[in-house]
Amino acid sequence: MMKLDPRIPAGPLETKWDRHRFSEKLVSPNNKRKITVIVVGTGLAGASAASTLGQLGYQVECFCFQDSPRRAHSIAAQGGINAAKNYQDDGDSVGRLFYDTIKGGDFRSREANVYRLAQVSAQIIDQCVALGIPFAREYGGQLANRSFGGVQVSRTFYCRGQTGQQLLLGAYSALCWQIERGQVTMRPRTEMLDLVVIDGQARGIVVRDLVTGRVSVHTAHAVVLATGGYSNVYYLSTNATGSNVTATYRAWKQGAAFANPCFTQIHPTAIPPGDAHQAKLTLMSESLRNDGRLWVPKAAADYRSPGDIPAAERDYFLERRYPRFGNLAPRDLASRAVKAVCDEGRGIGPGGHGVYLDFADVIDQQGLDVVRERYGNLFDMYQRITGEDAYHAPMRIYPAPHYTMGGLWVDYNLMSTVPGLFVIGEANFADHGANRLGASSLMQGLADGYLILPYTIGHYLATAKLISVGEDHKESRAALQRVTNRVGRLLNAKGHRTAASFHREVGKLLWNHCGMSRNEEGLKSALTSIPSLREEFWRDVMVPGSGEIFNQELEYAGRVADYLEFAELLCHDALHREESCGAHFREEFQTDEGEPQRDDSRFSYVAAWEYREGASPTLHKEPLAFEFVAPTRRSYQ
Amino acid sequence: MKFSLNIWRQKGPDEKGSFMTYEARDVSAGMSFLEMLDGVNQGLIAKGEEPVAFEQDCREGICGSCSLVINGIPHGPDRGITTCQLYMRRFPDGAAITIEPWRARAFPIIKDLVVDRRALDRVMQAGGYISVNTGGAVDGNVLLISKDQAETAMDAASCIGCGACVAACKNASAMLFVAAKVSHLALLPQGKPERTRRVKAMLGVMDREGFGSCGNQNECEAVCPKGISVRFIAALNREYLRAGVVELGLPAEPESPHAESA
Ligand SMILES: Cc1cc2nc3c(=O)[nH]c(=O)nc-3n(C[C@H](O)[C@H](O)[C@H](O)COP(=O)(O)OP(=O)(O)OC[C@H]3O[C@@H](n4cnc5c(N)ncnc54)[C@H](O)[C@@H]3O)c2cc1C
Ligand code: SF4
Ligand code: FES
Repeated sequence: MMKLDPRIPAGPLETKWDRHRFSEKLVSPNNKRKITVIVVGTGLAGASAASTLGQLGYQVECFCFQDSPRRAHSIAAQGGINAAKNYQDDGDSVGRLFYDTIKGGDFRSREANVYRLAQVSAQIIDQCVALGIPFAREYGGQLANRSFGGVQVSRTFYCRGQTGQQLLLGAYSALCWQIERGQVTMRPRTEMLDLVVIDGQARGIVVRDLVTGRVSVHTAHAVVLATGGYSNVYYLSTNATGSNVTATYRAWKQGAAFANPCFTQIHPTAIPPGDAHQAKLTLMSESLRNDGRLWVPKAAADYRSPGDIPAAERDYFLERRYPRFGNLAPRDLASRAVKAVCDEGRGIGPGGHGVYLDFADVIDQQGLDVVRERYGNLFDMYQRITGEDAYHAPMRIYPAPHYTMGGLWVDYNLMSTVPGLFVIGEANFADHGANRLGASSLMQGLADGYLILPYTIGHYLATAKLISVGEDHKESRAALQRVTNRVGRLLNAKGHRTAASFHREVGKLLWNHCGMSRNEEGLKSALTSIPSLREEFWRDVMVPGSGEIFNQELEYAGRVADYLEFAELLCHDALHREESCGAHFREEFQTDEGEPQRDDSRFSYVAAWEYREGASPTLHKEPLAFEFVAPTRRSYQ
Repeated sequence: MKFSLNIWRQKGPDEKGSFMTYEARDVSAGMSFLEMLDGVNQGLIAKGEEPVAFEQDCREGICGSCSLVINGIPHGPDRGITTCQLYMRRFPDGAAITIEPWRARAFPIIKDLVVDRRALDRVMQAGGYISVNTGGAVDGNVLLISKDQAETAMDAASCIGCGACVAACKNASAMLFVAAKVSHLALLPQGKPERTRRVKAMLGVMDREGFGSCGNQNECEAVCPKGISVRFIAALNREYLRAGVVELGLPAEPESPHAESA
């Protein structure tokens, strides 16, 4: 029977982390050399963790599926990273960042974790500056800030529109140093396909070398997953096409609880989908909402060009619905507001799937040059993709799956329900509750990797009883066999349909029934459709080539196979949560004005699901106790 | 729209490759170049044939994965973009398009259009970092950095490590790539203490990995999707000379309060 012990230190919120660190056991430098840690993933979370663990003296084996660690999906983050530095003296503080994040997450995250995140945030910036990250600066030479959705202070640090790139290249450079020193062995183009659990402890992984096709077991004293989010279960999302759920899903099947899978963030401002062959959606940074105004025509089916619609006939719907935050309303509310106006037939562009994001006012007031300097690269990107010039006509935007708050359940030490399996970054469920605020994922990834995990894993390694194990252990062999069988099954199906056609189908099913809004009937129908789609997949999928070669279609088909199982877990979670909170909007639970209705009396808990072979997953609840803030209705009006 | 594609196919590193012709049908102007290739591959897979292997991930010009030589030009006919940012509206209907992998001694072909670019990582491992431990960093505003300097550092730091500069260069030199990293770090006070070792180490590994020397043809800048300027190569050469001077025990130019002593 699975037990969820969040291991939150007792006592005052402000000193929990310091006291906890002090009470944790340390590993002596001599012993560290004899300890191997596997880190899967080289995004912000994985690269920062692997480099720091290497620097501390552990032997680290690090994996990613790209050809270089520098290409992890984190590279694509645009807008920025939050930190409670209060450099602007606008009233920011650790307490305020903590509160904004808890409230932004609609009171579905753990106070202690979020407070710690806010506490270490300032140190992340210092660390990044020391690594040579060229943050934007003021004329006086100080670090510059901007504001981001869902908050009223300016606490976001940035590098033009390429913050993720610069932060990742910083972490990658730290990783390079440890590779050069021999502390980290880097294995790019290597995909984890299963977890090895021995005596109840995570002791290794099964990987496939993507170049030679060789499947092998790597053992270690502990395993860290930093494998990112699963937005691509929707097929179209803003994520890199390679981002996937396989690592965390495989770990789930080996006993790690999966928490809140239905908390998936749909970002309000992406370029609307074009034709059927589209492979991904492109995000237009949230920073655009600092100056751009969202609107649709007041009347349905108004096909005039935007310039011909007078101000009085426009509905600036975010400003109308959320006067206090206006166009900077948090993502979940903004996305649903977009959906609402489109559902009323007031959407613009092909299929009515779009709203305007208009810069005419700011261009009028501050001039074209100012706007060009601020957002030039985004406007260029928009033009390249759509062929339209946003300096002269408003952009068209539409929501897109973007980030997943759900992930493997972890305790305060970032350890999953499988001892020795740690999960960091977007892959875990922590910190963001039911909705993530802009610029706080980069913060969380680096907090986990640089500043939190390196401490907490030490305590585990210092106290756990770990026997010596290797590739020939029977559990290692069993895990290897599972992977080999699966690869064989994929190659032997030799059917008629491509993996992409199944991916598109399951994605569409989820988008329609478990996307921006959900209801019981839709979820139940998805839950009956998914198993038959899965059966069809295994019967009719076509994967050409063999397993002993570089075979991209085989990699992809394996990921799609996992989506086809994972989609069910997502729907189970969405169905059971009979409330609306954050990104999870159940149509049955809303106020007369269409605002979400949270139900703290029944659902103030983390839903952690346990895998059961051949049966529906079992739900375990981690109650959320709010000792320091009182959950209120999350109002941005 | 439809296109006739002439694509390099090669089963593995040691196999002989050749061009094969494929038709891309039902292409729309708003499709990206890679989506057009996806379409061709879907057709091949459905027939049980191996799809054309090519690299991609972010599909928005930032990860540096995509790497196709299109009609002889790395990343295709437009300046300042990656392969994944190229759209089919750029090509006339019915056109013939030739697609090849990066070709360079330091980038062996893995399969079809996929090459092994780990040599670039090894150049970075030689010194493309600031060796600072995690924790204990001073406040980010202790060292002020002028806006101009930060912007120039950012220009250099924008390199996505795609290797197009190498593919475009007759000598397959990686000078622009190295110049971008060396300049980025040398421009910032945090990067100065290690600048002497860094430039020598990175250039040393660059040579060892089989990249050629710079012939000042500026082909690299022309294809660089991030517009990294060849002026950074000039800066790199200066850094290298400076390192030589410092190693002789002579004082380097007293250009900033942060310049290291020999
Ligand atoms: C377009 C876009 C813009 C964004 N902008 C911002 C922003 O401005 N601010 C912000 O805070 N957040 C932003 N985000 C969110 C943020 O970028 C991500 O949440 C974050 O980068 C995730 O980092 P990570 O380290 O957890 O995982 P990732 O960066 O996704 O890295 C995952 C790693 O795991 C590896 N991996 C995965 N599976 C396997 C496997 N099976 N085997 C081996 N390796 C594996 C991959 O190779 C990769 O190295 C944005 C996201 C997108 C999509
Ligand atoms: S310098 Fe330009 S072309 Fe060369 S690797 Fe960097 S981004 Fe690519
Ligand atoms: S796919 Fe990432 S740059 Fe082209």
